[in-house]
Amino acid sequence: MSVVEKLRERFGTAILGEEVSCDQISVYVDREVLPEIMRFLHDELDFKHLADLCGVDYLGWKGKRQKKERFEVVYNLYSISRKEPLRIKVSVPEEDPRVPSVTSIWQVANWFERECYDMFGIRFEGHPDLRRLLMPENWPGHPLRKDHPLELEEEWPEYEKLREKARELSRYEWGDRRVRGG
Amino acid sequence: MAPTVEIHRKQIGHPEWDEPFVVNMGPQHPSTHGVLRLFLELDGETIVGCDPRIGYLHRGLEKLSENLTYSQALVLTDRLDYISSAANNTGYCLAVEKLLGLSVPRRARLLRTIVCEMARISSHLLWLATHALDIGAMTVFLYCFRDREWLLDIYEKICGARLTVSYTRIGGVRLDFTPEIVEELYRFTEEFPARITDYETLIDVNRIWLKRTKGVAVVPPEKAINMGLTGPSLRGSGVPYDVRKFKPYDAYDEVEFEVPVGRNGDTYDRYRVRMEEMRQANRIIRQCLDKLPETEGEPVVAEGAPDLLMPEKKKSPQAVPHPKKGFLVKGAEVPVVPEGEVYVSIEAPKGELGYYIVSDGSGKPWRVRVRAPSFVHISAIPEMVKGHMVADIIAVIGTLDVVLGECDR
Repeated sequence: MSVVEKLRERFGTAILGEEVSCDQISVYVDREVLPEIMRFLHDELDFKHLADLCGVDYLGWKGKRQKKERFEVVYNLYSISRKEPLRIKVSVPEEDPRVPSVTSIWQVANWFERECYDMFGIRFEGHPDLRRLLMPENWPGHPLRKDHPLELEEEWPEYEKLREKARELSRYEWGDRRVRGG
Repeated sequence: MAPTVEIHRKQIGHPEWDEPFVVNMGPQHPSTHGVLRLFLELDGETIVGCDPRIGYLHRGLEKLSENLTYSQALVLTDRLDYISSAANNTGYCLAVEKLLGLSVPRRARLLRTIVCEMARISSHLLWLATHALDIGAMTVFLYCFRDREWLLDIYEKICGARLTVSYTRIGGVRLDFTPEIVEELYRFTEEFPARITDYETLIDVNRIWLKRTKGVAVVPPEKAINMGLTGPSLRGSGVPYDVRKFKPYDAYDEVEFEVPVGRNGDTYDRYRVRMEEMRQANRIIRQCLDKLPETEGEPVVAEGAPDLLMPEKKKSPQAVPHPKKGFLVKGAEVPVVPEGEVYVSIEAPKGELGYYIVSDGSGKPWRVRVRAPSFVHISAIPEMVKGHMVADIIAVIGTLDVVLGECDR
């Protein structure tokens, strides 16, 4: 019995659909029961390795496959004992961007979820420490969203403060350093 | 007087002051191998808490690649793990090839395997040099750099660049090896095993080295998988997970090699695993070189592979049926890269490097996600250093072999 069949047998309607692309199976699941499904996959089906967790923004998507919601959170799992990959997907609407956290199952999910929150603004409920990771704490918006510009039109306001601080610090003498570049 | 920036003094040492002593390590620190900042909470010399702050090298590679074509985005992958750029290129190309359904000629696969293993050796050499230098064995440093220099010179002969090679192309490689390169590589593989033995005699029985590595940062196997460790860091704990064996790509299914694993999961075992991996990499290069004459004269790029100047949109040259109305239309749009999504991972020198690419049919990727091993390994640092001494942090950062360019992307 394949993994998808086992999942369907156990969770029934919470499994929303499946999709095959380049011989790789993805399973759409209901986000409300995601922790139970992940716990089942981890404990009983032996998917011990969470290879990757990331978000995708489908704003303005022109592909043939229909996307119901704006965001998707993608979990790439791998079972080391059976050499079998599996992709789990959760659709996340724009108005209510939240997903239950899986940090209690995989420790590695901690930073993956923080990054996903940083880049897409998707909130992971139950995450112990949901802060920004790569971007500055007071950065406006979430950079990997499709409506975030590649280049800001104006300079980031905090940057001027940083420059000011650097100017202030350059007044001090720093050990043996005499002239810049000297 | 200049303010000493690194140390924020909160309340120190007094029994009534219960707040821990907080020290900033980095972002400019010689042993963090880049711009990594660790926020340490100390109790005396023991680490109570650790909070890594990253993002100083964040260049937005994932966002940038969404705005470039597939061929252009290949160049960005060089800048991920700049010590082993050939491996990054290969992973990206494998993912795009899987989307396109291309099959790469055998000669190109052999050449790719060779450059990947060269990247592994040069990455491990740099790791050994800096790790030993951080811990206090200074002699190894220059010896390692001598051999790494040799490899970089070979890279230069192969493709003209030393670090950011961009040697692989979607569907193959850029250039064929000349006979001189093959000869030089044969010479390298002849001499290199003896050099590894040299390094081992330098540090294997070095008392300081043993004291600083044995029993430091022990990770049990289940925990290592749960924390997401991959590559030599995971195999040091005794889990034989190696993508080259589990999901063979390129020419790894036709060469013989072993996957070394450790027993205790400490820093010393991870060191042993990497040393043994260099020997195996040397063996793989040798076997691939032996197989090269069989494929003499084959093309090195697959037929139908996208050009460097691939278009963003493509019009069909012939008339095709209109998708809805049924009659023939001239110049209808056809997908450049078929719609779909793919997750492909390779065994980069640092660990499992994964690419998750979503395509919407145009010449630009809709989403490129890089699963960087260094990112995951840095997230494991707090768990690994808890309860250790401050000096052991240096050993832990070294043993995980992190590169911040890959971590921050």
